[in-house]
Amino acid sequence: MSIDLTRASADEMARALAAGETTSVELTRAALDAIAAVDGLVHAYLHVDAEGALAQAAESDARRAAGTPASALDGVPVAVKDVLATTGLPTTCGSKILEGWLPPYDATVVTRLKAAGLPILGKTNMDEFAMGSSTEHSAYGPTHNPWDLERIPGGSGGGSAAAVASFQAPLALGTDTGGSIRQPGAVTGTVGVKPTYGGVSRYGLVAMANSLDQVGPVTRTVLDAALLHEIIGGHDPLDSTSVDQPLPPLVEAARQGAAGDLSGLKVGVVTELSGEGYQPGVLARFNESVELLVQAGAEVVEVSCPNFVHALATYYLVMPCEASSNLAKFDAMRYGLRVLPEGVESPSAEEVMRATRDAGFGDEVKRRIILGTYALSSGYYDAYYGTAQRVRTLISRDFEAAFEKVDVLVSPTSPTTAFKLGEKLDDPLAMYLNDLATIPANLAGVPGISVPSGLADEDGLPTGFQVLAPALADDRLYRVGAALEAALEKQWGGPLLDKAPTLEGAAR
Amino acid sequence: MSATETLVPFDDVLAAYDPALGLEVHVELSTATKMFCGCPTGFGAEPNTQVCPTCLGLPGAMPAVNRVAVESAIRIGLALNCEIAEWCRFARKNYFYPDMPKNFQTSQYDEPIAFEGFMDVEVDGETFRVEIERAHMEEDTGKSLHVGGSTGRIHGADYSLVDYNRAGIPLIEIVTKPITGMGEKAPAVARAYVQQLRELIVALGVSEARMDQGNLRADVNLSLAPKGSGVLGTRTETKNVNSFRSVERAVRYEMQRHAGILGSGGSILQETRHWHEDTGVTTSGREKSDADDYRYFPEPDLVPVAPTREWVEELRATLPENPTQKRARLQADWGFSDMEMRDTVGAGAFGLVEATVAAGCPPQAARKWWLGEMARRANDSGTDIADLGVTPLDVARVQALVDEGSLNDKLARQVFDGLLAGEGTPDEIVASRGLAIVSDEGALNAAVDEAIAANPDVADKIRDGKHAAAGALIGAVMKQMRGQADAARVRELVLEKLA
Repeated sequence: MSIDLTRASADEMARALAAGETTSVELTRAALDAIAAVDGLVHAYLHVDAEGALAQAAESDARRAAGTPASALDGVPVAVKDVLATTGLPTTCGSKILEGWLPPYDATVVTRLKAAGLPILGKTNMDEFAMGSSTEHSAYGPTHNPWDLERIPGGSGGGSAAAVASFQAPLALGTDTGGSIRQPGAVTGTVGVKPTYGGVSRYGLVAMANSLDQVGPVTRTVLDAALLHEIIGGHDPLDSTSVDQPLPPLVEAARQGAAGDLSGLKVGVVTELSGEGYQPGVLARFNESVELLVQAGAEVVEVSCPNFVHALATYYLVMPCEASSNLAKFDAMRYGLRVLPEGVESPSAEEVMRATRDAGFGDEVKRRIILGTYALSSGYYDAYYGTAQRVRTLISRDFEAAFEKVDVLVSPTSPTTAFKLGEKLDDPLAMYLNDLATIPANLAGVPGISVPSGLADEDGLPTGFQVLAPALADDRLYRVGAALEAALEKQWGGPLLDKAPTLEGAAR
Repeated sequence: MSATETLVPFDDVLAAYDPALGLEVHVELSTATKMFCGCPTGFGAEPNTQVCPTCLGLPGAMPAVNRVAVESAIRIGLALNCEIAEWCRFARKNYFYPDMPKNFQTSQYDEPIAFEGFMDVEVDGETFRVEIERAHMEEDTGKSLHVGGSTGRIHGADYSLVDYNRAGIPLIEIVTKPITGMGEKAPAVARAYVQQLRELIVALGVSEARMDQGNLRADVNLSLAPKGSGVLGTRTETKNVNSFRSVERAVRYEMQRHAGILGSGGSILQETRHWHEDTGVTTSGREKSDADDYRYFPEPDLVPVAPTREWVEELRATLPENPTQKRARLQADWGFSDMEMRDTVGAGAFGLVEATVAAGCPPQAARKWWLGEMARRANDSGTDIADLGVTPLDVARVQALVDEGSLNDKLARQVFDGLLAGEGTPDEIVASRGLAIVSDEGALNAAVDEAIAANPDVADKIRDGKHAAAGALIGAVMKQMRGQADAARVRELVLEKLA
C-alpha cells in the first residue's frame, strides 16, 4: 500500500523509503508542490529552497540505493524556522534588519539535519526575533492558521506549525523561549516539543533569551517528534550550556507509550495552570484527556506550584534583559540592513546605528529592548533582574517539589484556541497571557510537549494538552504523549488534522 | 587643552599634596587561540583573516571558554598572591562601539577569577607593597583605524576601518587598590610596578607582554589630596600609556597638572585622558563618572568557571620563583654590587640581563651592554630597552664575538646599529658590513710597514725607545684597517719592527 506523499507521518515516509515504495525526490517534490498550492494562503514560509532540497533529496536517494542511509529519517524533508542559521539560505529572524543576510555557517541542528540526510525545504515564518505569540510580528506579514485562515497560527513559531499542519512539510524545527513551539502546536493541532534546556544545541540559533531558548521538533505525531529529537539532540562543544550526556531513548519511549499502558505512572495536574482565564472548551478537552490517562492506568493527583503565578512577570524581566543585549549586535556595521539618517551630510557610525535600528526593528522588538535596557540599568538591576532571578529559583523549586510527588505534570498548553488575526495586536499584555502555561518550563529548564487534545466546542478549533517532565527526563514526555495520542485517535477515528478544512489552492 | 594647562613644579606639588595612584594593566595572553573561539591569535596577520562567526559576533554564534586562558589567569592571580575564586561567572559589559562585534564585551564584573593580592615593588632599595584588588578575564575588542582628519581619532576622520583579528583575544585586567604613601616616588613606583608586573608575566610565560605591540597596556589613575589629609581626591584615568617611561612621565605630568588646577581653586573633572607620547602631555578624552552604565549581567551563554582546589594547587606548583628572592639569588650569582643591581632593576633591564646571561654572556658584560649602549639608544629614541628590537640572544652573541677576538667594542657598536636597522642576526651583520677584525698577519704587516714608511720621524722616536709614540702609528694602522684590527696586536707588530 502506498502512502499519501504529503499527509503521511514522517515515520510512515521513512518506512516507505526503506521499503523502496517511494523516493526522497518524490516526497520532496510533493512537499514543494503543496507549498506551491497552499502557501499563498497560509504564508508559512519566508524562503523556499526547491533546488537545494531536491539536490539533497537526490543525494539521499543515492545513499539509499547504495544501502547506506544516514539515519532513520534520511530522505524525509524538513522545514527550518528562520531563526536558525543556514549556510547560503536567507536567515532573517522575521526582521527587516536581517533582510537578505546569508549566514556563512550552519546552526549545529542544521548540520545534524544535513548529516542525517533530511532535505531542507526552506525557512519558516516567525514573529520578529521570536517575540510574539501570533506570528503577526513578522516583518514579512503574518502566517495564517490552516484551520481558519482568519486566525493566528500561534507564535513565535507559527510558520513551522502551520507548515506541518497544512501538509507543506512532514517535519519542522522550532524554537521555544516561552512557548513558541508548544503554543503554535496547540492552536494548529500539531505536536511540539521543547526539550530540556541544554538537551539540543543552541549554536546558530539567533538568541532572544539565551537562558530560556531551546530548539525542538514540530511534527504531526508524537513518534515523529521523538525521531527528529534524536537527530538534533545531544552534546555540542560549541554550546557551553549543552548537557554532556546522552539523550534518554525517546523513540523507544514513544513506541512504548503508544501501546497505551501507563500503569505505575503518577500524573500531577497543576492547580495554578487551569481555571480562570482558560476557555471552557480548552478545559473540557483537557479534563477528558486527563480521564484518558486514568483509563490507561495512570494515577492522577492535583499538585500546587504556588510560584507559577509569578512566572509571567519573571519571564518579562529575564527575557527582555537578555534580548536587549543580544540585539545590540544589529548595528549596520558588519551585516544586515544599513539605513543612512535622512538629512545628515556625513553621518557618524552612531547616527547610522540609530537610523538602522529605528527603521529595522518592529515595535514589539523595540518594546522589549527598552524594557530590558531599563531593567538592567544601574539602580534598577537588583529590583528587577535580581528579583526575577530569585523568583526563577523559586519556580524551579516548585518543579523539584512537584516531581518528588509525581512523574509528570500536565496542563492545557494554551488558555485559549487560536484568536483572530489583529485581535490582540494592540494589547501586548493580552498577547503575553497566551504563554501563561508554557513559560514555567522555560524558566526552570524542564522539557515540555504539546499534544492535540481535540476541538473546543465553542469554536471548533484545536486545543493542546501539555506534559512537563523533570530535566533530562524527556522520554517521559514521549511515553505520556504517545499514550494520549493513541487513546484520542482511537476516539476520533484518526488524526485530528483529518478534521481540518481542505485548503483550496491559491498559488504562492 | 594642553596649551592652557598650568603645571606646578614637581617639588611644589609634593609640598602641598599627597598623590594616590591606581593602575589598571591589561595583559594580552599568548594563547594559541582566542578567549571564546578557535581562531588563531598571531600578531600582524592581514586584517580580518583571523575571524569566525563567534568573534565576529554573527547572529547565532556562541562562545566557549578557552581553558588555557583560565589557567593563565589563575597563574597570574597566584603569582600576585591573590585568592582564586571557587566559582565565578563571565558578565556582559554593554555599550555600543563599532570595534566591538556584539556591542557588549564579555568580561567579568563582581565575580573576578582572582582577588585580594599584592606585589612588593622596589624603588631605590625601598619596598612598596602594591595591593591588588582583582585580576579578571575578558576579551579584547577589534582595532579601529580612523582615516583622514589630523589626530587619528574618530572625531574628524573621513572614515574608519575595523580589524577584528584582535577581537576576542584573551585579556587579563589587573587592577590595584589605591596606592598611597609614595610622595615624590609616585612616578617611579608606577613605573616600577608596571616593570615588575611585566617581568612576572614574562616569567610566567603567559604573554609576550610587549608594550610596543600592545600586549601590555597600562591605564594610570591619579589623584591628589591635601598633604596629610588622608583622603582620596578626584581621579583622572590616563589611558593606554604604552611604555615604562611614559608611565612615569604620565604620572608626573598629571600630578603637576592636577596641582595647577587645585592650586587655582579649580576642581578635577573625573574623566578619561589620552597620553601623547610625542609632547609628553595628556589631553581630555570623554567625561567619565561612576554613573557610566554598562548594564552588566551574567553571560547566559557561558557556564560558571569553578576551578577545583586541586587544579589551583597544581597550578601553584608551576609558578616561577618569587621575584624578590630571585633577584637576591641572581645578584649573588652575578656578583653585582647593590648599586649595580639597583641600576639594573631601575633601568628595566633585570629580565634582559638574566636572559642574556642565560644565553652564555658574562654577567658584567651583559650589564654593561644593557645599561650602557642599549639604555643610551633607548633614551635617544624614546623607547624602552625591552622594545628596542635587540634581544638578549643578540647581545650574548655580540659579546661572544668580542670574547673570541672577532670584534672589538667599537665594531660591536656597529653591529648594534645593524640590529636596530633590522639588518639581520649579528653574524649576518658582521658579514654584510665586513666588520670582523682582520687577523690576516700579511695585511696587518703591510699596513704597519706602510705606516712606518709614511711617518719616519715617529718611527725614529720609537727606535730611540720612546714607546709612547707608538700610539700615532697604531692610530694610522687602525685608520688604514677601518678599525677592523686588534689594536694590541698592531702595537706588538710596531714595537717588533722598530726594536
